Amino acid sequence: MKVLVAVKRVVDHNVKVRVKADNTGVELANVKMSMNPFCEIGVEEAIRLKEKGIATEVVAVCVGPTAAQEQLRTALALGADRAILVETDAELGSLAVAKILKAVADQEQPQLILLGKQAIDSDNNQTGQMLGALTGFAQGTFASKVEVDGDTVSVTREIDGGFQTVALKLPAIVTTDLRLNEPRYAKLPDIMKAKRKPLETQTPDALGVSVGSTLKTLKVEAPAQRSAGIKVKDVAELVDKLKNEAKVI
Amino acid sequence: MAILVIAEHSNSALGAATLNTVSAAKAIGDDIHILVAGENCAAAGEAAAKVEGVTKVLVADNAAYAHQLPENVALLVAEQAKAYSHVLTPATTTGKNLLPRVAALLDTDQISEIISVESPDTFKRPIYAGNAIATVQSSADIKVITVRGTGFDAAAAEGGSAAIENIAAGVDAGISTFVGEEIAKSDRPDLTAARVVISGGRGMQSGENFDMLYALADKLGGAVGASRAAVDAGFVPNDLQVGQTGKIVAPDLYIAVGVSGAIQHLAGMKDSKVIVAINKDADAPIFQVADYGLVADLFDVIPELDAAL
Repeated sequence: MKVLVAVKRVVDHNVKVRVKADNTGVELANVKMSMNPFCEIGVEEAIRLKEKGIATEVVAVCVGPTAAQEQLRTALALGADRAILVETDAELGSLAVAKILKAVADQEQPQLILLGKQAIDSDNNQTGQMLGALTGFAQGTFASKVEVDGDTVSVTREIDGGFQTVALKLPAIVTTDLRLNEPRYAKLPDIMKAKRKPLETQTPDALGVSVGSTLKTLKVEAPAQRSAGIKVKDVAELVDKLKNEAKVI
Repeated sequence: MAILVIAEHSNSALGAATLNTVSAAKAIGDDIHILVAGENCAAAGEAAAKVEGVTKVLVADNAAYAHQLPENVALLVAEQAKAYSHVLTPATTTGKNLLPRVAALLDTDQISEIISVESPDTFKRPIYAGNAIATVQSSADIKVITVRGTGFDAAAAEGGSAAIENIAAGVDAGISTFVGEEIAKSDRPDLTAARVVISGGRGMQSGENFDMLYALADKLGGAVGASRAAVDAGFVPNDLQVGQTGKIVAPDLYIAVGVSGAIQHLAGMKDSKVIVAINKDADAPIFQVADYGLVADLFDVIPELDAAL
């Protein structure tokens, strides 16, 4: 079966983001960009399905600027067979991205679509579920275990109280949580080979998707800073402070 | 137009997060309806009708909704939502799983995890793991929103007397089935609702050592949490994880024991009223957000603290 895996280009998770002085967003100039960590887990899962002989082809797709080719090349180096960049410089909302992915899925007809559960920039946690609604496919979100068996996929999901397992009819959508797998690193020969793998470019227009949004960001601010308090010297002082100063015990 | 709150519930009881979401709805408008979709969920419906400020409760009782499968529930919610100006649900794993599917069925954008209501169309929400706060305005006809519980006080669970209306419903989309679940059983308060949370990190060294934290939590009537490092090391199950990708908590007292204070952990607890950090590394980042820091070996401190309380 064919597996489609979506990846997003985001600010690297090790970067400490700063809010711009004019409060229009966060500083993105000269900041290291990487593949969203949850998407890395999605790519890894797709490759493992291929290694197990379940997936026959892994197609990576990204919606983003020209530079997002880097993240697709990473996916190719990790083992994806080919890549599609839906190129746009606009900052798209989750619904617009889901509509684009729906159009790509219509062309590609995958049996399984893997996405990260959320991107670490916008923290929306929406795209996979929205794609589920648009395609009419079942969704297994926040997955910590994925097992394909014939025409169904069994997904163990991380939920607030513990774990839930659902069985989904294929084609289906799975969004990844942290404990699904540990992504591998790309090896140098594979990085070289990835440069020759096919990377096709499309546009939202050509896919017939309008990317407008009803949401407008009015401003972006730094959160209220919590200042460091005091150091206490021992347990007795700590208990005293909690009882008499903070009055929380 | 009225505001629709999709209840988080267990069929027999209303989930605590629903009360915070009702408070968010009150900040938007006065006419608040709650939808309870489940199986044999009359008790949850009755509890919803008692919540202060709620004007009407819709109960959709059907086997198709028994386990909140989003493929089924989203169809129901999208149909009901057309009569409302806003649709809100708690940003729990159930709400996050469901609501974007509803939004896409309505062909509208969703606003995730709001922490404040500025006006009926403008909201604040954290981005970049809480390292920035965005103010977002929506021009959508139906505003579809998930609510972060720690941003709003809980509405009173008693005092209301809303009318209950049973709605005919029940389409099983037939593409997903519930297989099973493993829910951790505990007599302690729920992590996200507890007044006191004691979290252990990698410094705890083993799962057995968490027993010390449980004993302390029981004395304080609190819950036990953990950092991602402690969960990944296999000390405790994942449902204890506090952080950006785990639970977001804001108790009156948060005690971080052997937690270094990675950004993603801070994102889950920095709104706590009082933070105590116990760590033998004086340079641990957790001390930068702690009201009271104690630089010491936790294996000396915790028994001492236990004895002192």
